[in-house]
Amino acid sequence: MIDKKVVEYISKLARVEVSEEEKEFLGQQLSKIIGYIDKLGELDVEEVTPYRGLFSEDNVLRSDEPAVSPARQDILKNAPQESEGFFRIPKVIE
Amino acid sequence: MKDLHTCSATDLSLRLSKGEYSADDLAGYFSGRISSLDNEYKSFVSAFDAPLKGDGSSALAGVPIAIKDNICIRGKETTCASRILKGHYSVYDATVISRLKQAGLVLMGITNMDEFAFGSSTESSCYGPTRNPWNIECVPGGSSGGSAAAVAARLVPLALGSDTGGSIRQPASFCGVVGFKPTYGRISRFGLVAFGSSLDQIGPFTTNFKDCAHLLNILCGYDPADSTSARVKAPDFTAALIKDVKGLRLGLPREYFKQGLDPEVKAGLDEVIKILKDQGAKTKEISLPRTEYAVATYYIVACSEASSNLQRFDGIKYGLREKADNLMDLYTRTKGAGFGDEVKRRIFLGTYSLSSGYYDAYYLRALKVRTLIKQDFENAFKEVDVILTPTSPTTAFRLGEKLDDPLSMYLSDIYTISANLAGLPGVSFPCGFDSGGLPIGAQLLGKPFDEETMIRVGHTYQSLTDYHTRVPGKKDE
Repeated sequence: MIDKKVVEYISKLARVEVSEEEKEFLGQQLSKIIGYIDKLGELDVEEVTPYRGLFSEDNVLRSDEPAVSPARQDILKNAPQESEGFFRIPKVIE
Repeated sequence: MKDLHTCSATDLSLRLSKGEYSADDLAGYFSGRISSLDNEYKSFVSAFDAPLKGDGSSALAGVPIAIKDNICIRGKETTCASRILKGHYSVYDATVISRLKQAGLVLMGITNMDEFAFGSSTESSCYGPTRNPWNIECVPGGSSGGSAAAVAARLVPLALGSDTGGSIRQPASFCGVVGFKPTYGRISRFGLVAFGSSLDQIGPFTTNFKDCAHLLNILCGYDPADSTSARVKAPDFTAALIKDVKGLRLGLPREYFKQGLDPEVKAGLDEVIKILKDQGAKTKEISLPRTEYAVATYYIVACSEASSNLQRFDGIKYGLREKADNLMDLYTRTKGAGFGDEVKRRIFLGTYSLSSGYYDAYYLRALKVRTLIKQDFENAFKEVDVILTPTSPTTAFRLGEKLDDPLSMYLSDIYTISANLAGLPGVSFPCGFDSGGLPIGAQLLGKPFDEETMIRVGHTYQSLTDYHTRVPGKKDE
């Protein structure tokens, strides 16, 4: 049962603020969905390996050589706040 | 230059190469259609004032194409139909965009979608819904509803979409066009805003299989910039444009043809089966026993991956940033204000399923059921060459009809999602119309990396039917 406390916990984990009204209907909708999801419990998956979606499990690495990156000024064009070539954000350390 | 919109993309390119009209004339013709007709459908988020002309050559050179709003085009606003990305201009071209430019195609604009591709109706877009050109009170399907509608209304002959749980195939079905999701890894995901990284694939919308094969040739292939890109050489898909299905073993999964399937959709599939059998195909009833667990499996896997992928939209580097004097509030307020209801719902579901204490019971268990679903297909493909199913249990539903019950919206994805879980290629093509005039879609599911068999079946079918040539709207357009 996903009640208000659980919704508030998830909100904190996900860093997504929700209003009191949203907490109410999110709780109801998520409870219903999780209730449906619980049918996965019907299956015996004891001996089954998880499948993560790839046809080949080989690790893919490239050689450690510098390559072309987008230009700094192009990236900073999207910045909500920018200062001296950096993304400006509120103070993190007091 | 009359009726160019009724021509195939390959014909348009051929006639261009013969000098019948100029590239500017061709782009201008479709720009004109977009400006005079799209007000009714709202399939485009933005039609470019100056279409981007690629300067290479191919069998589709000069042909206009529309791009879904989650595929990065350098210098263009890419928002995934979300408030949280308003004002974000892509810094690079997705690999598929580079390939289209190198093949000489003409990018006409950006199409509407469900926010972050979460949806089956295009109703969750921050720009408002797209309407189905066959009935504007109905949805075009989703999440690639804009691309599907644009091709259906012949505003462009080609479009790109993305498919994580059916988001190309289902709107193709609702809009009466061909929508192809290749095998996972065939088309690079570099530059596609990630939703479910183990499920997502970009794919084409066309009106016919010939155009589809040519476009797949341009889009498919190994890309070192995508670590999940398959190191498998793509064949020439046009070599599969053969009109012959003699001896083909066509699988019909019993779980896809039972209760819940609209009788008119079933009748549409029955006709497909008859036509293919008349051409020498053999049908066999098969079983995909874990079908009933597919929706639950998909929603845990997809939402878990999505909750992780959408963490990056935090107000720091691009898009919306809400006022705050500390970092935590900046994050929580930006995401609270920037994400729509469906996005929040899926992020919360995914976060919960990955959280400490629940990871094993939900996410890990779902990945194990995913293995079982994949095995169901492996077993089926020992007995058949390709699988035929309806694409969706119904034809296009009405706008607003499913908004009150998210679970019922999720359950309507039942026929398409397993292909994403198992990584299989899938295509939807039009196979008739219901008594309300809405298109019916049939789906083919193929073995991994066997798009060719699907193309052969679809091409054969379209040589014997004309559903794919019908155009919605008034006769004098």
